[in-house]
Amino acid sequence: MLRIEHLSKTFNPGTVNEKTAIADLSLHLAPGDFVTIIGSNGAGKSTLFNAIAGDFMADTGSILLDGRDITFLPPHKRSKSIGRLFQDPMRGSAPHMTIEENLALAAGSGGWFSHLTAADRVRFRDRLALLDMGLEDRMRQPVGLLSGGQRQALTLLMATFCPPKLLMLDEHTAALDPATAEKVLEITKNVVSENKITTLMVTHNMHQALELGNRTLMMDGGNIVLDVAGEQRAKMTVADLLAQFKLGVGKDLDNDRMLLS
Amino acid sequence: MLSVATAALELGLVYSLTVLALFLSYSMLNVCDLSTDGCFTLGAAVGAVVAVSGHPALSLVAAMGAGVLSGFVTALLQTKMGINSLLAGIIVNVGLYSVNMAVLGGSPNINMNKTVTIFSTVKSLLAGTPLAPFSEILVGAAAAALVIVFLSLFLNTRLGLSIRATGDNPDMVRSSSISPTFTTIVGLCVANAFTGLSGCLLGQMQKSMDVNIGQGVVTVALASLLIGATVLGRGPIPLRAFGMVVGAFIFRLVYAIALRLHMPAFMLKLVSSVIVVLALFIPYLKEQWPVLKRRLVYRSAARKGAR
Repeated sequence: MLRIEHLSKTFNPGTVNEKTAIADLSLHLAPGDFVTIIGSNGAGKSTLFNAIAGDFMADTGSILLDGRDITFLPPHKRSKSIGRLFQDPMRGSAPHMTIEENLALAAGSGGWFSHLTAADRVRFRDRLALLDMGLEDRMRQPVGLLSGGQRQALTLLMATFCPPKLLMLDEHTAALDPATAEKVLEITKNVVSENKITTLMVTHNMHQALELGNRTLMMDGGNIVLDVAGEQRAKMTVADLLAQFKLGVGKDLDNDRMLLS
Repeated sequence: MLSVATAALELGLVYSLTVLALFLSYSMLNVCDLSTDGCFTLGAAVGAVVAVSGHPALSLVAAMGAGVLSGFVTALLQTKMGINSLLAGIIVNVGLYSVNMAVLGGSPNINMNKTVTIFSTVKSLLAGTPLAPFSEILVGAAAAALVIVFLSLFLNTRLGLSIRATGDNPDMVRSSSISPTFTTIVGLCVANAFTGLSGCLLGQMQKSMDVNIGQGVVTVALASLLIGATVLGRGPIPLRAFGMVVGAFIFRLVYAIALRLHMPAFMLKLVSSVIVVLALFIPYLKEQWPVLKRRLVYRSAARKGAR
């Protein structure tokens, strides 16, 4: 589904601030893969997402999504097949527009001059009801009135309204309180499994990294240092994971927000 | 007094088209379009030249077309050429002065005393009816109503929603399938079409047009917009758009009353600047006030303690 070949990116080359954010990284994802990613601060997790989304063009290498070369495609063209959630719940929706207007943009059906129809509203209502947050009764309220958790759930709904080929979750529950985070995660699991969306998820929760999905990547220094799946992953504990990291990188995993439990 | 209100309404309605243009570019797209002055004059110049050559209806279309072109250039500078949006507006504004002079054939003004315009046409149609003295207001009201209806429909289409999202949350738009370049270009083209029409109508209503007709229009329109947003700032789009017309009228009314009270006419621009400053400063002050108050209390307590 996703095929990244020898991707590299160096920021500020030739200056004192030179930083190799991604170093010759290759990654292949099978359709329906749900991959969790963990790594130290500055390991290149978010940079990898930015590269896939097209926020910057890579120095070398290529990115193929579902057989199509997207290496030089501008971000808004990639977004048609890539859904993305950030840690900040405010990033994914327009605060002064209503819930239904935000959803209309995400649904993206019809031409440039199409209006919201009654049928659209019924469709939105049904999907919102699945979130079980009462948002289906607040469709004409501006999104700015929602809580962070509600906004993140709405963003998730928007990102998956037309199931994308690839969903990228960048610690999307990290800024939420534990109960809400749990709920948003539950919704994430349902949406991904129902639509069989190929998913990449960055998390700082080691337990979550092993429990969710079918494959775990560990990143360091702009590359993938550990890639476990199947039998090996099923038997793995958090302690094993940490030990493996130390073996592969030669230092302890260092992330100030890492949850080891 | 009634004549003051009538004159304010005439001017307010014609200028309200520029306010509605800023409603689209400033309030929705979040771009402060400083090419407004030049574009307003461009609309007036093109409208005047086409009307003088004997095509009153075509003059309106031509003025809007010229506005679209001007908006397109401004948008191109800021999206495709990486120029800061304020600077892009200023650059286009300066360049338009030469364009406007060229359109006027090198002379700084055009007289339209004997020209058939949309206003003279409507006036002769209404001659003899009780509505005759209000022909200017009717033309202005019809234009403002058409623009409000258009904006209300347009801003709820998928394209309109995309333009609003571009202004509301650029982060969201960047990671969605909307191209901010495209929405900015469309938004500025449409907005400047209205600015051009506004200039065209003002020139034809005054039966003369001068190359300085647009000077300071952006501040006057911004002041009207901020007044309008204070009066009718919340609610659905049609109501907010109507608020822009109300804002333009209130601005003209206050100005006309001030003139009656012997304020010199050249004060207009200072007044509009002060209104804009106040309207932008008051929300900021409201936000800072609790801290400011605390600091004052704290200081006076400290002074008493020292004594």
